Amino acid sequence: MGISVRNINKNFGDFVALDDVTVDIESGNLTALLGPSGGGKTTLLRIIAGLEQPDSGVIEINGTDTTWLRPQQRNVGFVFQHYAAFKHLSVFRNVAFGLEIRKVPKDQIRTKVMELLELVHLDQFADRLPAQLSGGQRQRMALARALAVEPNVLLLDEPFGALDAKVRKELRDWLRRLHDEVHVTTVFVTHDQEEALEVSNEIVVINNGRVEQIGSPDELYDHPANEFVMGFLGPTTRLGGRLLRPHDIEVTAEATTGAVEAKVDRLLRVGYEVRIDAVRSVPGGEDELTTVQLTRKEAGHLDLREGDSVWLSPADGATVAAG
Amino acid sequence: MQYLLRFVAVGYIGLLILVPLFVVAQKTFENGASKVWEALTDETMVHAFQVTAYAAAHAVVINTVFGVGVSILLVRYRFPGRRLLSLLVDLPLSVSPIVAGLALVFVYGRTGWFGPALDSLGYQVIFAFPGIVLATVFVSLPLVVREIVPVLEEIGTEQEQAATILGANAFQTFHRITLPSIKWAVAYGVVLALARSLGEFGAVKVVTAGGVAGRTQTVTSLVEQRYGEFDELSAYSASLVLAAASILCLVVITIIRPASDKKSSDKKK
Repeated sequence: MGISVRNINKNFGDFVALDDVTVDIESGNLTALLGPSGGGKTTLLRIIAGLEQPDSGVIEINGTDTTWLRPQQRNVGFVFQHYAAFKHLSVFRNVAFGLEIRKVPKDQIRTKVMELLELVHLDQFADRLPAQLSGGQRQRMALARALAVEPNVLLLDEPFGALDAKVRKELRDWLRRLHDEVHVTTVFVTHDQEEALEVSNEIVVINNGRVEQIGSPDELYDHPANEFVMGFLGPTTRLGGRLLRPHDIEVTAEATTGAVEAKVDRLLRVGYEVRIDAVRSVPGGEDELTTVQLTRKEAGHLDLREGDSVWLSPADGATVAAG
Repeated sequence: MQYLLRFVAVGYIGLLILVPLFVVAQKTFENGASKVWEALTDETMVHAFQVTAYAAAHAVVINTVFGVGVSILLVRYRFPGRRLLSLLVDLPLSVSPIVAGLALVFVYGRTGWFGPALDSLGYQVIFAFPGIVLATVFVSLPLVVREIVPVLEEIGTEQEQAATILGANAFQTFHRITLPSIKWAVAYGVVLALARSLGEFGAVKVVTAGGVAGRTQTVTSLVEQRYGEFDELSAYSASLVLAAASILCLVVITIIRPASDKKSSDKKK
């Protein structure tokens, strides 16, 4: 059950958008397709919706092969980045659209639409036109419209991408809570790792048309499958050629076993944390810059000044990329 | 400086358009309104107005249906020859109506390409009503398309895709989403095409060989003929009615325009 994507290939001319992509999305999950722009995640979402056709491969939704079904027949909900609001229709008629097409009796439409508008807190705006709503309200309307037809899966393409930071944050929390209430299998595309980590309970990292890793936010953050995933999910730095998280580096004022010596190039306090740029000269190579993140307390103990020598080593249990 | 420019602009437009129009009106009513009414209710005159009205109505309907179809084809689909089609649609704007009329005679005339075949089916195009419609359609062809295309481009495809995913078939999407979004552009194009069709002279004159009074004569042809026969009262009266119709079209356009501009500025919000 859920969505099964098997061996999907898709080319646009010479450009390989998706290269043998296989993903299983469990029923009821809230899954993020995460990756850089142009990596293929939106193409995958559009193929699941039927807006694009794969060159080869199979898409199954709740056990039914939908690969060659037209979008109308898939019963999916789709939310566009720029809302795709029907501009000439009121908020009510927008949400009612799918039900009107399905010839649901008028009184049932009324009940259903008002119920949904209440769910997205737009019940008092039912008679407004989309132009009279804010961006966040329009996106909530689009969501209600997608949910009205009780879709098998809900697909969202960068749903918060066009909104400002504050509204984006609100809508994320709100999408999470909504999903707890409605439980529909949901897939959303994002290039924002924070959004993926915060909202989803499963993340599929897609880059260059390939799946890099699939797992829970914790799994991905703590056990990245490769350096790309590690780099994409959070800040990284290099120490002795290894990729590490800046907070996974131990700093001591005296030499310890396994530690390498470096010179403090810059000290920067940002709120509760202290960032240290340490430079180490590598014999016969370029200098290596390591960024270390300490708490104010740790930094206070060390009492560092720019130009001091420090010894750096990976902390116990530091996150490292596999492979 | 601004006042000077304004004065020049108003003076220019005035001398070019307003004064001649005024003179036509003045000349028309020189001998009283009853004479004008007499001239306008003359049998061949009434017939000419009917021919013009019918031809314009046919041409507008044909161009509206065709215009909406071609616009969607040009904007929503990519196919070989698309740019050529786009170019061809604009052709009537640059080709002289006389040339268009001649071309139609060559193709549909008694000795033209399709003429003999149509003739054997008992269907006469040139020197008959279908020819007038054909010529009128030709000259007003781009007006509807050119109004709709930019609007279709601006609204994009996402609303249509959203409708499709919500279960709407192609017709439902067109009827419920696309058409309401372009309705002002269609209305504007229709009025423009109507104004152009009512005033068409060159192409129609060629395909009807000046028109036979009471049969294939349009108002513009009638004006030319009467003026040539020094029946100035009829010529002026008919001209004035044509001018009034055009001005009415312009008034309708100015009423539509702000409404559609307001619409599109809402979209950008």
